[in-house]
This record gives sequence, C-alpha cells and structure tokens, in this order.
Amino acid sequence: MEHQAKLPTTLKEVGGGLEVFLIKNDKGESILAKKNRTYLLMVIPAFVIFFSFHTFPALLGIFYSFTDYKGYGTWDFVGFSNYLNVFKDGRALNAYGFTFQFAITATILVNIVSLLIALGLNANIKLRKTLRAVYFLPFILSVLVVGYIFKFIFTHLLPDLGGALGIEFLSTNILGNPDLAWIGVVILAVWQSAAFNTLLYLAGLSTIDNELYEAADIDGAGAWSKFWRITFPLIAPFFTINMVVAMKNFLMAFDQVMALTGGGPGQATESISLLIYRGGFEGGEFAYQSANAVIYFIVIVLISVIQLRVLERREEK
Amino acid sequence: MMGKKNWKVTFLLILGSILIFFPLYLTITIAFKTPQEMSGNLLTLPESWSLSNFLTAIEVTNFFRAFTNSAIVTIITVVLVLLTHSLVAYAIARNMHKKFYKFLYFYFISAMFIPFPIIMLPIVKQTSMLGMDNLIGLAFLNVVMQLAFNVFVYVGFLKSIPIQLEEAAHIDGATTWQVFWKIIFPIMKPMHATVAILTALFAWNDFMLPLVILGDTNQYTLPLVQYAFQGQFSTDYNLAFASYLMAMLPMIIIYIFAQKWIIGGVMRGSLK
Repeated sequence: MEHQAKLPTTLKEVGGGLEVFLIKNDKGESILAKKNRTYLLMVIPAFVIFFSFHTFPALLGIFYSFTDYKGYGTWDFVGFSNYLNVFKDGRALNAYGFTFQFAITATILVNIVSLLIALGLNANIKLRKTLRAVYFLPFILSVLVVGYIFKFIFTHLLPDLGGALGIEFLSTNILGNPDLAWIGVVILAVWQSAAFNTLLYLAGLSTIDNELYEAADIDGAGAWSKFWRITFPLIAPFFTINMVVAMKNFLMAFDQVMALTGGGPGQATESISLLIYRGGFEGGEFAYQSANAVIYFIVIVLISVIQLRVLERREEK
Repeated sequence: MMGKKNWKVTFLLILGSILIFFPLYLTITIAFKTPQEMSGNLLTLPESWSLSNFLTAIEVTNFFRAFTNSAIVTIITVVLVLLTHSLVAYAIARNMHKKFYKFLYFYFISAMFIPFPIIMLPIVKQTSMLGMDNLIGLAFLNVVMQLAFNVFVYVGFLKSIPIQLEEAAHIDGATTWQVFWKIIFPIMKPMHATVAILTALFAWNDFMLPLVILGDTNQYTLPLVQYAFQGQFSTDYNLAFASYLMAMLPMIIIYIFAQKWIIGGVMRGSLK
C-alpha cells in the first residue's frame, strides 16, 4: 500500500517518540499498518452501504431518464427526448414557476423575519430564555401536521373572521384561489422555518463583541448605522448560510404543499417534488419524471453555487 | 447583561409570540370542542374539557400503534446514527491528509445537495425488491440519508480535539477500536447530543420517506396516519385536531423539559 511506503519520511517529520508504531506484532505487521487497516474497516461498510442506497439509485435514476421505462415492464432507450419534453410540458413548467416564486419569496421573508426576531432576542430584554424557547418551538413540530392546522385557519377561521368583521380580502379562502394559494404556502413556510434561521442568526449575533457597539456609541452612531456598519457585516457568513439553506429547502418543498393545497387548486401550487412524486408513482412516468428530477438536481446545485459565489463576494467587501 | 432592560423590544416580542401560540391554541381548543360548538365563534374556549375526542381519535387512528411505529423508527435511527456516523467521521477526520479519506469526505457531504426526488423512484423499487419496505428498512434509509450532514458536523468537531490524547493511548498499547470507544466516543458527547436531537426530530417528523417506503398501513408512522385519515378528518375537525395534537404532543412535552438542551444542541451544530 502507498501510505506504508511513505512511512519513514512521515515519522521523521513528526519527530521522535512514535517509533513504537514500527514495532511489529506476531503476524509481522507494524502497529501503524494495523491502525490503517482498522481505519479502512471503519469506513468501508459505510462506503458500500452509502453507495448502494444513495449513489446507485441516483445513477439508476439518471440511467432510466434516457429510457421510456414506466416503472414496470420493458423499456427502450429514447435518448434526450424525456429532457426535451420536460421543457415543452406545461405542467412541469408550471411546477418550476410555482416552486421558484414560492422559494424566492419565502427565502427573503424568512430571512427578514428571523433576523428581526434574532435582533430582538439578542437585545437587553426581559424573559429572554423563555421568548427564545417560544420562537424556536415551530422547529420541533411536524411540517405536515402544522400544515393541516394552517389549512383549517385559511379555509375556515380567516373567512369566518373576515365575514364577521366585514373585511373583504379575508372573507374568501385564499387556498381556493389559483392566484393566491401560493401565498398560503409561503405563510406556512415562513412560520415554521423562521425558528431555525432565527437560531442561526442568534448564534451569529453572539459572536459580536459588545465593545464594538460601545465604541460606536461614543462616536455617536445611530441604531440604523450600527446595524449596517457593525452587525450586518459581522453576521454576513450566517446570512449566506441562511439564504443558501433556506432556498435549497424551499426548492425541495413537499410536505407544506401536500398538507395545505395538495398542489391545487388545479395544479396552481404543484411543487417540483410533488410533480415527480405524482407523475412517477401515480402517472406511470418513471423515466420521464427521472429526467425531470435530473434537471431539478442541476437547478438546485446551480442556484446554490451561484448564491454562494454572489453572497461570498458580498461578504468580502 | 447589565443596563436598562429594553421594554419596547420585550413587548414587541411578546406580541409576536402570539403568532406562534395562536395555531397551537386553536388546535387545543378545537380538540376539546364538540361539532356543535364549531358553528359558533371558533376562538372561544371549549364549553367542557371532555376527553372524548381524544378517545375516539385513539381508537379510529389506532394512535398507539402509530406512536409505537414512530418510536421504533426514531430510536433505531438515532442509535445507529450515533454509533456508526461518529465512527466513520472519526476514521475520516484522522486521515484527512490521505487522498482516499478526503475523497470519501467530500463524496459523503456532497449528498447534502442531492434532492431526494432524484433517488426516490429507484429507491422505492430497490427497497421493495429487498423486502425493506417496512419500519426497519425505513430506519436503515434514515441512517443513509442523514450520513452527509452528520459526518460534516462530527468531522468539524473532531478537528478541534487534540490528537495527543489518542497517541498516548496508542503508545500504552490500546488498539484503534479501543481508542475510539473508550476515548473518542465519550469525548464527542456534546456532538452526540446535537446529532441525536436533529436526527430524532427528522425521523419523528419525516413524511416523504415513510410515504414512499412503507407499504403496510399497519406500519404507518404518526405523520403518515394524519395524511391517511384526511378523508375522514375533513368532515370531523374535532376528531382531526385531537389526533393532530396527540401526534405533536410527544415532541412538545420533550421540548418543554429539554428546551435549553435542545436549543443549545442545535446551536452548537450550526456553529460548526
């Protein structure tokens, strides 16, 4: 093995005291060789299992995306026609449109809301621990179950309330309106995801030295300029992570949509995940939705990379 | 912290927490109400605190079976994750200077960016072919799906642990296995807490993986049961909300008692 041949140089670099690793055991192998074998034993099973249950199915999905496989029976290669069809498919394009609209809006709102909450929780307030616990609570709840509760609020409570108070825009069920249903999904997503993002921002804020603010106070800086000149630049790495993670999670939205609208009305709020699930399992479109999933994967990676580039460049300024 | 308390911000945050509590308040009150009360003001407290909705929900949805299923999946997942992911991360962290382990590290963590739908269709065929379309198979897949993130946080933590301690043990004649189980595994306790919390929350609340993997309705987990009963629930909101409340309650109870620990654990993970 390669690393055994390199051994003497390594030991010389490290210096004395480690010669013990060169002592051979009764089978004639050095302790270091045995150590290396143990490390391999630790990772090889994980590698094999991970490959078999993660990489292999992903490769299989990519493979089938070039066929006309229905999920059962025989299949033929069809080249790139599945991919071309995705771009001509109104339902797929609609799913991408909704998913982007939802993910971008929700990402921006979640970050504004959680940054505000984090700033509040980081201020010199009463009941800080209790309030922090309250704002983190949504994180531990099932997205699906919370979604069902919100569905009730949108379909029954708000219209009832709107009707009773004579408020026009509340009196109809927004989930039943193809133009407005996506807003319901955004509200649910923000309510639930703000918890985790708030915690990340709090972690970021806790790294800022208080003396910086005291110095700014002496210079007579206002709250607004303190935020933009001290707070925000210092928590920029957390802002980057929050934007990337939130965007990625929202692009993968499934539970929220499933609970609130089931993709409706019609297909107005059908997310990409939901479309792949429906088409793949219920529509016999195994190969076609596999192609869709590959495109979806490329889109998510591209967006994450672009976000990281842009936001990190910002950080450097 | 010293200085004057900021009452304005305290007040605003308390006001904002109403938005967090409101859906829960609604869930609790509706879970205790009768269908007749639903035609009145939805915001009032129930006329009586009768448990009948809960008893019906337990019976109709077979709550205790679903609860047991969720508990089985969560416990197996968490135990396997703690034992295996920490081990893998240890071997990787101590060999990062070698090409193979470096490759392995990036190979594993790149999975964080692979959306589940790309493997969803093939994995369902694969698991049912292998007879893994059950709770054990689900727990097994959970362990696979969580590997990327957990290796990432464990390796991050291990980098901060000085290597001298292990070297001393090696010189005293301990094997690498002994070093791991007797020295490293206990040292990683704070990270175990973080990983256990996040993994347990994932396994308990997950919907998509159980939805596509589990074939037998007897093995449905709590979220899946709420989904399966939507037809019935949409005509009886009191029954539905009693069921929702019971599905959320185990985590809420754990949270009330361990919130400081949970928040600390999640925060530690995020700083890595």
